[in-house]
Amino acid sequence: MSKEFINISAADNGPILEIKDLNVIYKTDVEVVHAVNGISLSLEKGETIGLVGETGAGKTTTALAILQLLPERTGRITEGSIRFLDREITEMSEKELELVRGNMISMIFQDPMTSLNPVLRIDEQIGEAVMIHNPEMSKAQINDRVEEVLGLVGIPASRKNEYPHQFSGGMKQRVVIAIALSCNPMLLIADEPTTALDVTIQAQVLALIEELQEKQDTSMIMITHDLGVVASTCDKVGIMYAGELVEFGTLEDIFDSEKHHPYTSGLFNAIPDLTVETKRLNAIDGLMPDPTMLPEGCAFAPRCHECMEICRKQKPGYYQEGGHSIKCFLYVEQKQEENV
Amino acid sequence: MEERKILLETKELTKYFKTKHGNLHAVDGINLSLPQGTTLGVVGESGCGKSTLGRTILKLIEPTSGQIIFDGEDITKLSPNQMKRVRANMQIIFQDPYSSIDPRKSVAQSIAEPLEIAHIYSNKADLNKKIKELMDTVGLAQRLYDSYPHELDGGRRQRIGIARALALNPKLIICDEPVSALDVSIQAQILNLLMDLQESLGLTYMFITHDLSVVKHISDEIMVMYMGRCIEKTNSKELFENPTHPYTKALLSSIPIPDSSMRKKKLEVIRGEVTSPIEPKPCCRFAARCPYATDKCRAQEPALEKISDGHFVACFLSQE
Repeated sequence: MSKEFINISAADNGPILEIKDLNVIYKTDVEVVHAVNGISLSLEKGETIGLVGETGAGKTTTALAILQLLPERTGRITEGSIRFLDREITEMSEKELELVRGNMISMIFQDPMTSLNPVLRIDEQIGEAVMIHNPEMSKAQINDRVEEVLGLVGIPASRKNEYPHQFSGGMKQRVVIAIALSCNPMLLIADEPTTALDVTIQAQVLALIEELQEKQDTSMIMITHDLGVVASTCDKVGIMYAGELVEFGTLEDIFDSEKHHPYTSGLFNAIPDLTVETKRLNAIDGLMPDPTMLPEGCAFAPRCHECMEICRKQKPGYYQEGGHSIKCFLYVEQKQEENV
Repeated sequence: MEERKILLETKELTKYFKTKHGNLHAVDGINLSLPQGTTLGVVGESGCGKSTLGRTILKLIEPTSGQIIFDGEDITKLSPNQMKRVRANMQIIFQDPYSSIDPRKSVAQSIAEPLEIAHIYSNKADLNKKIKELMDTVGLAQRLYDSYPHELDGGRRQRIGIARALALNPKLIICDEPVSALDVSIQAQILNLLMDLQESLGLTYMFITHDLSVVKHISDEIMVMYMGRCIEKTNSKELFENPTHPYTKALLSSIPIPDSSMRKKKLEVIRGEVTSPIEPKPCCRFAARCPYATDKCRAQEPALEKISDGHFVACFLSQE
């Protein structure tokens, strides 16, 4: 195995993944879409970070940038660095990337109905990943490994010769997870892994992911729009809006702290609460800004109830309190006043 | 509360689909009655028959047996032509605003369609006035009059769907997962709109969804379906405070709650998946997944019985 180009033991004394000031654009003939605008975060070994946000917030783009899977002709990283262990991903050659993808970093895609190949048996699809990354393995060894990972995700080995259409949605997602885990990745990126599933099946899949993560000490980035999923799986949480990380902190910071970005508060208020009786839901008025024409100041300003004059003109910096950071003038201002 | 008039009633409504391997019991003996101006929530997982139930009530699908009584009239045997008259009063909002609206029609054209089919306005100016009124009602800006669906986001598209459903001043609207394709902040906007419209127009809703937190907010009564059967039915408050059927309990406990104490807890998981609805065995349909199933549950199917005032459950355990 040629994993030598990267120093795996680097994870013992530093973050496994470190993103600094990442900017991604999609450029077409007619417009430039600013999908990710200056995101920084770091992920320790065994940790799970949740990236939360609505459609178009840049969550999936961030994931694709980490794997260097942005659409070749339009997607481009314009600025920033992504360090995986001791190497810079943005500077890796295609050959090196092939060794990383699916092997050290793997991804669970959103929709199990479309992310499997309908004309290949599931053992072929799982075996493919194993074979590519372990060319020295014999057919029998690969077969053993396929059966082993099927066992891990709770699919009886007797079903390995079946095709995707013979599985239900939850079982298909298990197959996708089996593929992602087949090479014991150090980092798992799960892009809305349960959005397409029913709640009882979602609970099964989340429990499975957590169990496997514990067993293998895998780090994980969980991309979701569901704060409930975040609460049951993540250690740290980043709230994304219009390509920016507007708030970042531990699970407790995001769920229990008194200080929040107005968007985070809006997001929490918009969820219908099962425990409280209210007649009306608190919707956030308006829509996310068009990523081809982002406002000059804070991206959330047009929808924000606490918008001040400065918000429309300037981009806010981060207000820090321990590991909890909020990108909003409400708190940045406050701190300046305290200093005076 | 004064006695409300029953707008919709079904009696032993059943829809079987014929397959190679036998009959698929999509909807199996559903009894419901829906008073005017209220909302019935229908909850269940994919494949439980909730959408088929909605479509059968509208007679978009012909029922296999049973009766549908709408506004005092038995519509079960009406011909498609006779249904045209009735349908003006019963409308549907579809799940996916991306595929349920014709991409080649502008907003105005889409909203005009039901009005044109019903030949309500002979005069173009009146029609336009009505379209603009409807756009106001559902919160679509007038400047979008000539826009096409691809220019709009999901929330606005769903507003077109709602405007279309409202066009003929219906009494009943069947909402088939109207917010599941939308983001939470937009979802809340649409749910508020639906609730406002109910209040101002006195609409009656049947609200089909898989999302219990959504259904709790909007419903007066909730019916939980499993494999074509109604397994629990009661008012919204009672269902959440006192869920009785093991499946309802499982559904409620599988929802991940957005609270930081969840991280330490294990989600309660029920094993297995929905078993095949093709020629189901004469036993409780949930027995295969139920942690409390007894031999009786595997031999006999429990009927829906009253356990307290207005609370009906189909489970042997709660009936004893």
